[in-house]
Amino acid sequence: MKRRLALKQLTAVSLLAMSGWMPQVHAAADTIKVGILHSLSGTMAISETSLKDVALMAIEEINANGGVLGKKLEPVVVDPASNWPLFAEKSRQLLSQDKVAVVFGCWTSVSRKSVLPVFKELNGLLFYPVQYEGEELEKNVFYTGAAPNQQAIPAVEYLMSEDGGGAKRFVLLGTDYVYPRTTNKILRAFLHAKGVKDSDIDEVYTPFGHSDYQTIVANIKKFATGGKTAVVSTINGDSNVPFYKELGNAGLKATDVPVVAFSVGEEELRGVDTKPLVGHLAAWNYFESIKNPVNQDFIKKWKAYAQAKNLPNAGTVVTNDPMEATYIGIHMWKQAVEQAKSTDVDKVIASMGGQKFDAPDGYTIEMDKTNHHLHKPVYIGEIRADGQFNVVWKSKGPIRAQPWSPYIAGNESKQGL
Amino acid sequence: MRIAAIAHFLRRFLLGWLLAMPLLSAPAPAAGIDPALLAPLAGDDTDAKLRAIAALGLLPDPGGAAVLQALGNDQLYATADGRVLIGDGARATDPATGAAVDLPADAGAIGINNRLRRAIEAALAGLRLYSADARERLAAARRLQQAGDPARLPMLEKALAAEKHDEVRAALEIAVANLELKSADPAVRRHAVELLGRTGNPAFRPTLAAIARQSDGPQAEPDAAVREAATHALRQIDRHLATIAWAGNLFYGISLGSVLLLAALGLAITFGLMGVINMAHGELLMIGAYVTYVAQALFRAWLPGWMDWYVLAALPLAFIVTALVGMALERTVIRWLYGRPLETLLATWGISLMLMQGVRTLFGAQNVEVGNPGWMSGGITVLDGLVLTYNRLAIIGFALFVVFLVWALLNHTRLGLFVRAITQNRRMADCVGVPTGRVDMLAFGLGSGIAGLAGVALSQLGNVGPDLGRAYIVDSFMVVVLGGVGQLAGTVIAALGLGGVNKFLEPYAGAVMAKITILALIVLFVQKRPQGLFAPRGRSVE
Repeated sequence: MKRRLALKQLTAVSLLAMSGWMPQVHAAADTIKVGILHSLSGTMAISETSLKDVALMAIEEINANGGVLGKKLEPVVVDPASNWPLFAEKSRQLLSQDKVAVVFGCWTSVSRKSVLPVFKELNGLLFYPVQYEGEELEKNVFYTGAAPNQQAIPAVEYLMSEDGGGAKRFVLLGTDYVYPRTTNKILRAFLHAKGVKDSDIDEVYTPFGHSDYQTIVANIKKFATGGKTAVVSTINGDSNVPFYKELGNAGLKATDVPVVAFSVGEEELRGVDTKPLVGHLAAWNYFESIKNPVNQDFIKKWKAYAQAKNLPNAGTVVTNDPMEATYIGIHMWKQAVEQAKSTDVDKVIASMGGQKFDAPDGYTIEMDKTNHHLHKPVYIGEIRADGQFNVVWKSKGPIRAQPWSPYIAGNESKQGL
Repeated sequence: MRIAAIAHFLRRFLLGWLLAMPLLSAPAPAAGIDPALLAPLAGDDTDAKLRAIAALGLLPDPGGAAVLQALGNDQLYATADGRVLIGDGARATDPATGAAVDLPADAGAIGINNRLRRAIEAALAGLRLYSADARERLAAARRLQQAGDPARLPMLEKALAAEKHDEVRAALEIAVANLELKSADPAVRRHAVELLGRTGNPAFRPTLAAIARQSDGPQAEPDAAVREAATHALRQIDRHLATIAWAGNLFYGISLGSVLLLAALGLAITFGLMGVINMAHGELLMIGAYVTYVAQALFRAWLPGWMDWYVLAALPLAFIVTALVGMALERTVIRWLYGRPLETLLATWGISLMLMQGVRTLFGAQNVEVGNPGWMSGGITVLDGLVLTYNRLAIIGFALFVVFLVWALLNHTRLGLFVRAITQNRRMADCVGVPTGRVDMLAFGLGSGIAGLAGVALSQLGNVGPDLGRAYIVDSFMVVVLGGVGQLAGTVIAALGLGGVNKFLEPYAGAVMAKITILALIVLFVQKRPQGLFAPRGRSVE
């Protein structure tokens, strides 16, 4: 009898624990919970791990300055392991079990698409820090990365310009999922508008984690015999390492066929010998090499943080665009919460529009009043021998995002939320 | 006449020597470059920069080359007051005066883009045509083949007239021909077109195609004979391209096949000969790759002068470590499960998860960087256009070596004899006194050690991370099953066959579809021939 009672008690306790009813979960009521949803393992860990760290750094910084609304922020870090369905599962856990006020996370568009229904259903708030393909506008999401007109289109325009090499033929090379496919659809429409024929565009896709780029590099070489060629790479994750290794070993130099990448930044180049890659390009809204006091301060803080927390390879840490976007996102969220005097999702969303922040990219950038995207400057950089980027082109100032690309038919009507 | 020839020779020699000097020992103190020529380099106007680079390239003064070299290496600095300095650490040289000065704190490196880089390469190549080193002259001539600047024609012709080295002459002739395409004389143009066609070099294809196309624009070729020659030249180039593509596919196929072969060889022993469905095989590959990473870190810390050879040191290390891991697995888990394939599968799957998590805890979840040693970077160009990369060549050679090693072990050692005996009839072997338990352990250790060797090779191609094994486990089983369980020759043929078919399909179907097609073909094949390509014959086959 006694044993059965004990069993019952145990079951009750564990049930309570599972449903989040344990008293200690609510013990720390004077904190605001903030979810961090980035892959810390798997193919995307190469890019996403540093976003988790920079988010923790920003939270620590905010806490050191007195927190938000007088409360400290409490980060809840989960690892969705580059596994797209797991992203949805983990975000549900963050929203309904941990009751976080906001989530900073995702890198690949496929992971964002997989968490969207959860955020809509539970009315959560997601800050997405990476450049993406557009064609989306959700009330529950703020996009602090670039839309295509803030990255892809200017990059291709640059390649076609005299300074960029006057490319006439384009290889659109990407990982096989929604972001590269949609971006390439927009780029193809854009190139058509510029008078480039379909026969001068080659679209190639590889699976996630692909590591054998011999044939693709050979085909690029062959394609380039038809005229001045440039490669637009939307390869994501650790496949970039074998791709650039093959490119370097095969002797395809940037002066012959320049490769412009949309998902390769300072962080991804840490694992590669960059000497054979000098001159290849990347388009972003921020580079570590941009010189201004805000950026110098940002880099200094990040290096000190990496040393203090003893992050892997703390001596050689770098900053990059999505890290900057994460940093901006957290600070803008803080400003919006303080303006709304509440962490309530609807109130925060209402006060996000028009928030301004002195960003490391050299401008005081603004969250658009209606479309949930930042006004961002565009930079195009060439890879230097030390793995940093040398800015060779920049926009005149911040550009307003066009999440619905004008180059895709039927988008004219879809401008607002 | 004779004296004139000697004087000419001396002049050329001296000029070449002077020009080559800064290239051999840059940055040398240079003197006397007109500051008006340098000023545009510090400015923002790209066209002015291009003009300045071209002018510097034509300077007889060796200082011009030094400035260009520094600009190409990001070592040229502009000060706030508009001076241009060649920097070298904290010191700098002023090319206008040749004086050595301290690099001012306000000096910023002058950034260049690809357009300027191309111009610099062409300008430097023009100077290097007079280098004393024939290889340098050859590289310069090859570089100038791509530059379509007619202003260089007199310079190239002069260099061609003075050149004695056959290979360099041939390269220069092509460079001249490329510029002569714009000549006013149809016969000269035709000769140039024919010469370019004979090279088979695809780089000239766009120009020739433009000539062959009959159209009336500013680029139109008025002479029909030249157009015809261009069409013929295009055909020659296309034939050459087809040969390159074919040879390339063959090489890529062999290379991919050798990677598959390495990944599968260990499994051919553990699964093929011993019948253990080892799902942790991929993780043994991963451990081998991580041993390489550790070896690299050790070399970096203790023997930085020998960094180029860390891979060779990693080979025995990886073999020993993974063999020990494998033997430990066999003794503790697998030997209790012989003859129960389902349990073996589940147990080894669990072990693979444990090994992955263990590595994650030790080294972190992120990929680690394993660099190619110097002798494995770059490649060799064959057939005028096909680049065989050194790392792939090394791995093909290594795969052959490992196959030979395994073959020799199985066929010419006592252990091999025992393993084969146990494969054929375990009970009988036991009866005649083969220590089956010990042989099982050693054979499993051998298979695991070979997986470790493969891990070292894989670390030179792709990413090294805790998930590395996952990418190869399916391919490894595919190779062993396709080749026929228990057959070394089958594994070799299957690996090379799969690699070849994959690479010949990829150009047509794309990487994603090629993989799917391969899997579909294998399903069909296994339906028709479940025993694989090479089935062992005899009574032991059930």
